[in-house]
Amino acid sequence: MVPPQPFLLSVVTFLPLLSVAALLFLRSDDHAWIRRIALAASLAEFAVSLLLLRGFDSAKVGYQFTEYHHWIGETIYYHLGVDGISLFLVLLTTFLTPVAILCSWESIRENVKGFFIALLVIETAMIGVFLSLDLFLFFVFWELTLIPMYFMIGMWGHERRIYATVKFILYTMFGSILMLVAILWLNGLSGTFDLDGIQQFLSGTTLPHTTELLLFGAFFLAFAIKVPLFPLHTWLPDAHTEAPTAGSVILAGVMLKLGTYGILRFCVPLFPRAASEMAPAIGVLAIIGIVYGALVATVQTDLKRLVAYTSVSHLGFVVLGIFAFHTTAIQGAIYQMLNHGVSTGALFLGVGMLYDRRHTHDIKQFGGLATPMPVLMSFFLFIALSSLALPPLNGFIGEFMILFGTYIRHHAWASWAASGAVLSAIYLLWAYQRVALGEITVEKNRTLPDASTRERIILVAMAVAILFMGVASPLFTRRMEASVDSVVARVIAVQNAPQAASIPCMGAKGTNTASADSPAALQTRGRE
Amino acid sequence: MPGANQLLNLHRLMPEAVLCLFGIVIMAIDPFVSAARKRALGWLAFAGTVVALLGVHVANHFPGPAYDNLISTDLFSVFVHVIVVVAAALAILGSIDYLDREGIQRGEYYALVLFAAAGMGILAGANELVTAFIGLEMSSISSYVLVGFRRRVAASNEASMKYFLLGSFATAFFLYGIAMVYGATGTTYIDKVQAALQNAAPVPALAILGLGLIFVGLGFKVVIAPFQVYGPDVYEGAPTPVTTLLASAPKAATFALMLRVFYVSFGGASEFWFWAVWISAVLTMFIGNLAALVQTNVKRMLAYSSIAHAGYILVAFAASTSLGIAAVLFYLAAYVLMKVGAFLVVTHLGQQGEKRLAIQDYAGLGTKQPVLAACFSLFLLSLLGLPATAGFLGKFFAFQSALDAHSVHGTAIIWLVVIAAINSVIGAYYYLHVIISMYFAEPSRDYAPTAVAPALSFAIFIAALGTLYLGILPSQALAFAQRAADSLTLR
Repeated sequence: MVPPQPFLLSVVTFLPLLSVAALLFLRSDDHAWIRRIALAASLAEFAVSLLLLRGFDSAKVGYQFTEYHHWIGETIYYHLGVDGISLFLVLLTTFLTPVAILCSWESIRENVKGFFIALLVIETAMIGVFLSLDLFLFFVFWELTLIPMYFMIGMWGHERRIYATVKFILYTMFGSILMLVAILWLNGLSGTFDLDGIQQFLSGTTLPHTTELLLFGAFFLAFAIKVPLFPLHTWLPDAHTEAPTAGSVILAGVMLKLGTYGILRFCVPLFPRAASEMAPAIGVLAIIGIVYGALVATVQTDLKRLVAYTSVSHLGFVVLGIFAFHTTAIQGAIYQMLNHGVSTGALFLGVGMLYDRRHTHDIKQFGGLATPMPVLMSFFLFIALSSLALPPLNGFIGEFMILFGTYIRHHAWASWAASGAVLSAIYLLWAYQRVALGEITVEKNRTLPDASTRERIILVAMAVAILFMGVASPLFTRRMEASVDSVVARVIAVQNAPQAASIPCMGAKGTNTASADSPAALQTRGRE
Repeated sequence: MPGANQLLNLHRLMPEAVLCLFGIVIMAIDPFVSAARKRALGWLAFAGTVVALLGVHVANHFPGPAYDNLISTDLFSVFVHVIVVVAAALAILGSIDYLDREGIQRGEYYALVLFAAAGMGILAGANELVTAFIGLEMSSISSYVLVGFRRRVAASNEASMKYFLLGSFATAFFLYGIAMVYGATGTTYIDKVQAALQNAAPVPALAILGLGLIFVGLGFKVVIAPFQVYGPDVYEGAPTPVTTLLASAPKAATFALMLRVFYVSFGGASEFWFWAVWISAVLTMFIGNLAALVQTNVKRMLAYSSIAHAGYILVAFAASTSLGIAAVLFYLAAYVLMKVGAFLVVTHLGQQGEKRLAIQDYAGLGTKQPVLAACFSLFLLSLLGLPATAGFLGKFFAFQSALDAHSVHGTAIIWLVVIAAINSVIGAYYYLHVIISMYFAEPSRDYAPTAVAPALSFAIFIAALGTLYLGILPSQALAFAQRAADSLTLR
């Protein structure tokens, strides 16, 4: 038995912020020490977060390592906890941050201190999002992720960075402000911001049908923009293309998962009825996203934009998996979140390494790079293969689980989505072919240096993660299962609920809103 | 009450007494102070505000009515007093070096600031409408002069004239409103109006008309639509430290009076004013935010932004519940800190003659003066409503109180919150625009950073600290606001 670690989650959340405080004391032109301290802090953070694995009880449903303190007034708490859904997302964050720091080692030359501060603040904010169990706290962290990313794209990005960063922040803010209204509304209904409390309240009562749909919609819009789900994805290619490499890695690797995580943590369990009602529409959008993202990626001439569009496609899989409401599919969706973080993060790292050498993302400028840079290109191929889901690499496990689970629930969805898997092979292999194989068309490319030691460390770390997740997936899925089961159970319970079953429970609660609206609610269930 | 006892009420009016006393002393010794030493008067005025804060503390210990119930020293009044006095203190700190820079260092400036603050204090504590009128005039007339303090600058004169003319109209509306309320109820005491209206069902039309006129008069003072037209011109033309004061303290004090009149006197008639407030809130938010979008002058942009913020305050105001009062009060505290902070930063960045006010003038500030730029960003992000700043919690509680009142007002108030939420996203664009200029744009070549004067730095530091404090650890302030709200309605 592992002794209880009462402050572990707070430490995991705020350690990066503490190291920011340390960075503030350094002189801003002392680049070497700023980099070293940032790296050391992020590695320490990774080590600390691994402690979570040691004490995590995979058989337990519900949150572990919880912390619960009064914060503001009577209703707002500082409430943290981790479960099978958030556990690995936290680890993904702490794993990718040192990688992002390492990949910015040389490419960031201006305002180095500010850059690493932004990166570490984002880390705290993202971990906070994954661990918060109080909707207010969640929202605070959720919004806090925006500003450092805004600065990161705006200050260290490429030519059209200002357009991209403003688009990014306005899109996300629009979604999140409506979510704030929904959070306040939920608070008005249930009298609490606590996730458990709201969950209990909602399972004990039946909201009026339109109320539930509106609440679900407000939450879902915020998350769908973040994911991004087709047709809300248009901020993403711009933001990715203009962001510095580390920004893209964090954005693709973790930030997009804030959206899918939100759907899985809030939208589905809190509003299972609305979720299952909207599932067909959302499933279709996800499939459009999968196919559309893949097709658009195929025709890109800008390598970074290409990778950005693969995210639209891959995240479509995740959303599809969630809305299949099948344990295996949702496990696959979570697994695919992790895979996408690692694989697409690694793709962006590779693209960034090319950019460091040639200062362009234009595919035409490359070609035949395997000759001057055999190591870098081999890793690139390896990563591309993982991203296109080649067994036994990680991507395969995730996509297979999603398709398997989805197939059980909806045959058609699975077959459409499978076409996306085929398309991903086309665009990734074709991109690899155009970049790495063939004759060298641009003279400058002949003398490009191969991966440096620092780059090799990064690439090996990513490759090991990819391989490990490919062969050792039970280590991950085993820990997710209990939490995922409980989410699925909620939806299934609603879907299978016979019309009469919920009436006594409503009567027992006796809330007037529920009874006033019960005919409408019954009608809904009847339609299903 | 016999005359001797009247004097004993002074402790309940301590902050005003202190402010006036310091103002008079400054006026009296001003002729004997050489031009080179006028700065000292600024510090004396600052000392006056600090003592006035102690005065607030004293008043806090003796809650109750004063001077035949003309003034009511309750927690509500104390809360607003703290806001007003702190805003005045910060504005004075911002003025000392500004006046030197502009060559208009004069004693009466500080005296006028103190008198204005005293007027606002009366406004916040008034339990009688004519007394409130006196407070309003005290603060307004001082403000008219202060706005025109840069005598040789046409814009400043124009602003002063405009403010004076329109302000007089507004005051007249207010006075007419009082007269009609008196005609309908036979009293000008805020709490007695309440009783009179409760006995007279239905509410007399004359009283409603009077309330409407009061709304016009006070709406002008807090710069809400459709009475906002003068606001940006005045804010832009006034010397920046005066804008700092104008945009903060009078709004707090006047909103306080509005709360008393609307919630206490006309609390039972909220169905009559709810829609007026609702429409005004929507107009105010849209006009403020949309107009701010296209501004290139920072001062003007911040002026429109304060209009927008008055709109958010009205959202909480519309709730017509005790929670709504608390939300308005908390919002006012947050708003004053961040607005004062932002204008203080502009006070410095404007440079001599207030020439550097265009947004592109601030290009590259992030690298030239990182600390100042960071503070400015903090205020802007707080105005935007980013979590962990005061501005976010202000909006949060405002929206929460409004949604909480949906059982009273139905879906109308939910829509109001949604509109407010959308507006705060519109607002994001122009606040971020300044940040873009400061951090992302090519540094402007013609600006060599000048050191921020110690007094101003201190003021900015206090505002920044307050903005963060209210944003991260708001419990105490919130509890205070809640108690203040209770002291108002449960009387």
